[in-house]
Amino acid sequence: MMRLNAKLGWIMLLVLGLVFPFLAGNDYHLTVMSTAYIYVLATLGLNLVTGYTGQYNLAHAGFMAVGAYTVGILTVDYQVPFWIAFVLAGPVAALLGFFIGIVSLRLKGHYFSIFTLCVGYILFLVIEKWESLTHGTVGIIGIPAPSPIGPLTFDSPRALYYLVFFFLVVGLWVMHRIVSSLLGRTFMAIRNGDDLAESLGINLMRNKLLAFMLSVFYAGLAGGLYAGFVRFLGPGIAGVEHTFDMTMYMLVGGIGTLLGPVLGGLTVPWITQTLQWLQEYRFLVFGPILVLLVIFVPHGIVGSFIAWRARKAAQPHGSGHA
Amino acid sequence: MLEVRNLGKRFGGLAAVSDVSTKIETGKVNAIIGPNGAGKTTFFNLLSGVQKPTSGQILLQGRDITGLRADQIAVLGVSRTFQTTVLFNQASVLDNLIVGHRLRTKSGLLDVLIGSSRLKREEQICRDKAHAALEFVGLEKIATRLAADISQEERKRVAFALALATDPQLVLLDEPAGGVNPEETEGLAELIRKMVANGITVCLIEHKMNMIMSLADRIMVLNYGEKIAEGTPAEIRANPAVIDAYLGSEHAGV
Repeated sequence: MMRLNAKLGWIMLLVLGLVFPFLAGNDYHLTVMSTAYIYVLATLGLNLVTGYTGQYNLAHAGFMAVGAYTVGILTVDYQVPFWIAFVLAGPVAALLGFFIGIVSLRLKGHYFSIFTLCVGYILFLVIEKWESLTHGTVGIIGIPAPSPIGPLTFDSPRALYYLVFFFLVVGLWVMHRIVSSLLGRTFMAIRNGDDLAESLGINLMRNKLLAFMLSVFYAGLAGGLYAGFVRFLGPGIAGVEHTFDMTMYMLVGGIGTLLGPVLGGLTVPWITQTLQWLQEYRFLVFGPILVLLVIFVPHGIVGSFIAWRARKAAQPHGSGHA
Repeated sequence: MLEVRNLGKRFGGLAAVSDVSTKIETGKVNAIIGPNGAGKTTFFNLLSGVQKPTSGQILLQGRDITGLRADQIAVLGVSRTFQTTVLFNQASVLDNLIVGHRLRTKSGLLDVLIGSSRLKREEQICRDKAHAALEFVGLEKIATRLAADISQEERKRVAFALALATDPQLVLLDEPAGGVNPEETEGLAELIRKMVANGITVCLIEHKMNMIMSLADRIMVLNYGEKIAEGTPAEIRANPAVIDAYLGSEHAGV
């Protein structure tokens, strides 16, 4: 019954996502939504390593930038077709993740986060200063739109919306596979505690590294989409504030849940959009809301719902089951 | 089962464990006792690979396992519990246990992505193992309860079940009866006997003398990181060095 409800919920979300372009009043809404999807995709990755595996990576936006610049540099400076460059975005980020992971994952807890904070800043600096490769602060201008695949063209906001939506759905489906499998349970055992996980025969380094690489693969993929969607890149996308934004999506929606990043990543940008009239004062409203949320709803919207439902399911339905 | 030769662990100038040699005998309840800070938990950490010894050797069934990582030692059949078991409170007891058999499975990322039949089979095996372990420790009826809602004693039993789900030959129990009441302690002692009766060798650290004296086949006494005595409960009770260091006169003699 419960499984059926969950499935129904996902199908409803899928349908909503498919019909959204017909409900949206204008292209601006489509653009806001597509951008939100791209960040949700990246947040799914962050949630895997942070929410499910317990390692808070503050360089996540840096890896997203690596994916984006992979597409930007290859298409603009080397005339590589968009899709070939795009396919490389995830693997390049994951490869870099491998080398950064084997060093940074030797550290535990806050030390890992502080280390990755530095890594993120270094990635930002490299992008900003290595002008011959990245065009520095000028940025990369004129990235080609995703080239047509057969009859599918990606020159309208609506087509781009569906393209981004497609990758979000695939990303979610794969993430669902991962977190509901033995592999996901392995990651969660590590989140619960290194010592216990290791005493259960789980190789910490190998599994943390796998989670980390998968996580930054998502970031790189999202970055590649971002490059094809926005078609302009500046070093700013590597900034740590984007990692904090994604963290906020994760916390609001529900850390360590599949739906959490989706819900957070879609509601928070719309709320900030509607608070736009407050201009820079909007964070005076948003900040306290976030603080209250972290104190009183630490598991986020989805996490709290799941906990409530699990507790209800765990209640004996009469003495026979007790 | 397990042989320890001149095992030592130094933290800078402090010798937490020094020059301990002993044997953990197959099919028996082997106990380690000693005052707080005697190095008991460090000794366990060395056996299970959580910490690396600075000197000496550990042999598991004749094979040198000194310096192996904890997960490698677990795969070789040595499982352990901790003084406090951290469970994932938002999940059911059963969900917490399924990962316990993970070390005997091989499914990786590729199996997950293609949804291989091996993954499905292994997930079923892990689930069955979790059920079997729960049944063994007598908690089958709380399988669906949230881990947050179970009692301290049930938590101890879940810790046992997790250790058992790894298919161990040797289980190291760190204060299995810490923080539970006398009747529950007796129940846990019963469970430990049941484990031994099922062919699992047990080594435990415990402070509850009545439990140890009735349960253990052999006792090793540590004090300031050194082994000061070893023998049957009766021998330990009569040992003047042990009485002096740890037991006090009320446990002396028979």
